[in-house]
Amino acid sequence: MRYEKPQTVADAARLLTAEKGITRVLGGGTDVLVQLKAGMVEPDLIVDIKALPGIRAIVAEAGGFRIGAAVSNAQLGEDAAVRAMWPGVVEAAGLIGSTQVQGRATMAGNLCNASPAGDAVPALVAAGAVARVAGPGAARDVPVEAIPAGPGKTTLKRGEFITSILLPARPAKSGDAYLRFIPRTEMDIAVASAAVSLTLNDHGVITAARVALGAVAPTVRLVDDAAAAIIGTKLHDDALAALAAACSAACAPIDDKRGTIEFRTEVAGVLAKRAARIAYTRAGGQA
Amino acid sequence: MAFDSHEKRVFKQVGTRPPRPDGVDKVTGRAQYGADVTAPGMLTARILRSPHAHARIVSIDTSEAEAMAGVKGVVTGRDFALPEDAGLADIAVNVMARDKALYDGHAVAAVAAVSPAIAKAALKAIKVQYEVLPHVTDVDAAMQPGAPVVLEGRALESVPAGMSVNVTHASEFGHGDLAAGFAKADRIVERSFKTAATHQGYIEPHACLASVTVDGKADLWCCTQGQFMVRTVCAALMGMEASQLRVTASEIGGGFGGKTTVFIEPVALVLARKTGRPVKITMTRDEVFRATGPTVSTSIDVKIGMTKDGRITAGEARLRYSGGAFPCGTVDMGAMAAFAAYDLEAVRTQGWNALTNRPKEAAYRAPGAPQAIYAVESVVDELCQILKLDPLDVRIRNAAKKGTKSSYGPVFDDIGLLATLEAAKAHPHYKAPLKPGQARGVSCGFWFNFGGNTCVSLNVNTDGTVGVTEGNPDIGGSRASISLMAAEELGIPYDKVRTIVADTASLGYNDVTDGSRVTFSVGLATIAAARDAKTKMCARAAKIWGIDEEAVEWKDGAAWPAGPNAGQFPPMSLAEIAAVSFQTGGPIAGHHEVNADGAGVSFGVHLCDLEVDPETGKTTILRYSVFQDAGKAVHPDYVEGQMQGGAVQGIGWALNEEYIYGRDGRMQNPGFLDYRVPVASDLPMIEAVILEIPNPGHPYGVRGVGETPIVPPLAAISNGVSRAVGVRMQELPLSPPRVLKAIKAA
Repeated sequence: MRYEKPQTVADAARLLTAEKGITRVLGGGTDVLVQLKAGMVEPDLIVDIKALPGIRAIVAEAGGFRIGAAVSNAQLGEDAAVRAMWPGVVEAAGLIGSTQVQGRATMAGNLCNASPAGDAVPALVAAGAVARVAGPGAARDVPVEAIPAGPGKTTLKRGEFITSILLPARPAKSGDAYLRFIPRTEMDIAVASAAVSLTLNDHGVITAARVALGAVAPTVRLVDDAAAAIIGTKLHDDALAALAAACSAACAPIDDKRGTIEFRTEVAGVLAKRAARIAYTRAGGQA
Repeated sequence: MAFDSHEKRVFKQVGTRPPRPDGVDKVTGRAQYGADVTAPGMLTARILRSPHAHARIVSIDTSEAEAMAGVKGVVTGRDFALPEDAGLADIAVNVMARDKALYDGHAVAAVAAVSPAIAKAALKAIKVQYEVLPHVTDVDAAMQPGAPVVLEGRALESVPAGMSVNVTHASEFGHGDLAAGFAKADRIVERSFKTAATHQGYIEPHACLASVTVDGKADLWCCTQGQFMVRTVCAALMGMEASQLRVTASEIGGGFGGKTTVFIEPVALVLARKTGRPVKITMTRDEVFRATGPTVSTSIDVKIGMTKDGRITAGEARLRYSGGAFPCGTVDMGAMAAFAAYDLEAVRTQGWNALTNRPKEAAYRAPGAPQAIYAVESVVDELCQILKLDPLDVRIRNAAKKGTKSSYGPVFDDIGLLATLEAAKAHPHYKAPLKPGQARGVSCGFWFNFGGNTCVSLNVNTDGTVGVTEGNPDIGGSRASISLMAAEELGIPYDKVRTIVADTASLGYNDVTDGSRVTFSVGLATIAAARDAKTKMCARAAKIWGIDEEAVEWKDGAAWPAGPNAGQFPPMSLAEIAAVSFQTGGPIAGHHEVNADGAGVSFGVHLCDLEVDPETGKTTILRYSVFQDAGKAVHPDYVEGQMQGGAVQGIGWALNEEYIYGRDGRMQNPGFLDYRVPVASDLPMIEAVILEIPNPGHPYGVRGVGETPIVPPLAAISNGVSRAVGVRMQELPLSPPRVLKAIKAA
């Protein structure tokens, strides 16, 4: 197993492209190192991206923020400006692991680990975040929901990796929120999760919304029907019931040690309702 | 030793809360745990484990592994002797499988190599050919005729003919006329319950280092609850004499009963003998879950009759336990404990153990009792609901007391159940109003407690300090408690006493640290050893003063002439007598050896306020109080710690902890991510209320406190959840999917 720590994005892409065997990109390592220890993977090459220029920076861009792929969730959580604009995203990232893990774990890593239960991913999808992908060719921008392909699998091609995630600008009177269900209160993995991002007009009517669900399908689901259920409403009970129903209808979960199909389907709707209420309040709506 | 009832003792040190002597080392990282020991030339060993729940081992080819550079030795079941004693033979087979792998994770081979990486690589080079057999992991399924047979021919004579050969054990307890009792009842409730196997969840995985010399002497350092037990078992498995095997216990990062047997120690010894090099084994967490002992899994039926005014007229329980792939008598404990809290005219319990393809059960705090009492206390609670009776009043009405013929036979002496129930009833917690959606659960708990073989030496040093040598690993602050009792008895300050845990070559035999026995039993022996030393010191003073030994008495840390006739001499302190001991007959030491009796049974009562999220089934514990009789709390911090820790482990057991098996019979959650013990933020502060009803069997009145607190939480929480959701819950854990399903079905 080789370990490389390139200084440029081009070098990193070259290393990853040239390796014929199994490669892993090392950011915070909170997934890769655990997989190594558990014997789940024996990579031939590990490319540490933490020395790449700008990879650990948060930069304002086009009214939003570009988050470097090696920005730890702890660093993200300490950024008051990001927190003010995208509180749901920051909270979601902040739920991952322990305090120690927070100092290493990254949103880009969470996205590339491609677990349907990753906490940062539904919030990023609801936020309409865009990943910048480097590789052998020119850099390309990809909506985050298009990155995971299934449990543990991404749509990234050979030699490609994420260098940053753009959280876009957002209109006034907007809010987002993320909730997950875990049997405990922390240090756990989502059994089901929901993220809601929405924008209100001056009358408190929802004019735009995105709803994403985690741990209820092979990949995080962006649920257009759920968004449609609350757009044009003031999030009254009927709208919330329709939102929950649309979310449950979009679920295609599995029975496993963490929860049943029945439970995940039901609770995804419950979480979506609760997250929508929080997002609505954050947007300045009177719930 | 009887309670010192002849004097109204005013304790000066027992009952205070000084810092524990091992505290600084533990918080600074200096303390040596199992994995901290190393030796020059040491090899690392890894164990290959069965990926099948049940499989015949057709062949094991180790040749490729043995040929690898850096591999120094490989062993399989053939390298282990099979002792004649059935219990020891089961341990041997559990340590290393022979003809069959009996559960997912069963050891089948082990490799010692010069590095962990080589040992790991060598495991992959071992070729095991398995013939996969049908498996059974559910206790009820295992008892059915036609169930896959785990082991043949292991049933005890008490098992009636016609049951599945997986049933190895049957027992029955009780007295009175059940039919007449049920006939007197105004209401009878009969329910069935199931509880999942849970793991002790100690933070420190098993670890050991073994060294065997060419002339057959061996040293073993390991993390255990009993170095003498390790010596006995390993010497038998190795064919060694006890004197040739010295076992030293490390500091211990939790045990809770799970470290009262051996798993890796014989493997390390056999590899050390084979390779001629010291061999170290450290388990991974995955190995701890898959291959060390969880509790029994159980299925229990309970039937109780009650009058309208809350008198229990009869109680009956049928308990089916599985202790995994080997015979296990834990069901006896459950059958004995089930109704122990009640004074009953008619009671009967029957228990059976069935073999399943699960790891061999190991003790876990009050083994067998939490499950049985959960089932009984659930039915008592349901009757209270139906008859609209206060759950504490009903328990007070039926409580066992001094003179009660217990449900398992003996007549109780002084016990603290009524005082504990009354303390719970009088406590502000029980009167606190509940908000809508909240509920309060109540349960009693019981455990027998144990004394056992104990040996203590107490050395008086010439500078006036004292060393106590005991033989039980300090698992819950016992060195502090033992030092306190020695200091109390001798009348010297606590910080003049140092208590150490000796290896097996340095002290007589001590039973394993179990049955909540150490503070009781080692404490008792320490007090007796101190009295022995005091007698000797009085004799030295008599010699100096030139008077009869009988004319000297010990009080307030000094020898005094006993009364005016003895003569006028200034008292001699322990330090003064010790300083001149070489001139008065040599070193001074006290000893005591005993197979201690009179441990004194223990009762507790728990109150739990909780709420259940009606949309997700998630339970939040809001307030929790523990009331327990400690006899005499020697170090109240550690008594409270036991009460709080037991409650927390019980909360985990009740809400989320379980061994989850797939259809392939493999454990699906062998790690702390998916085996969910509570985290700190899941819990309220656990209030611990200590009652002190002296145990007649201990000079200071001490009772063991370590096990009883894990007994009541299962029912306290299940009763609270059942009341909160309006459905009687009958299976643990009360995981959110299970509770939500019950809410939806209601």
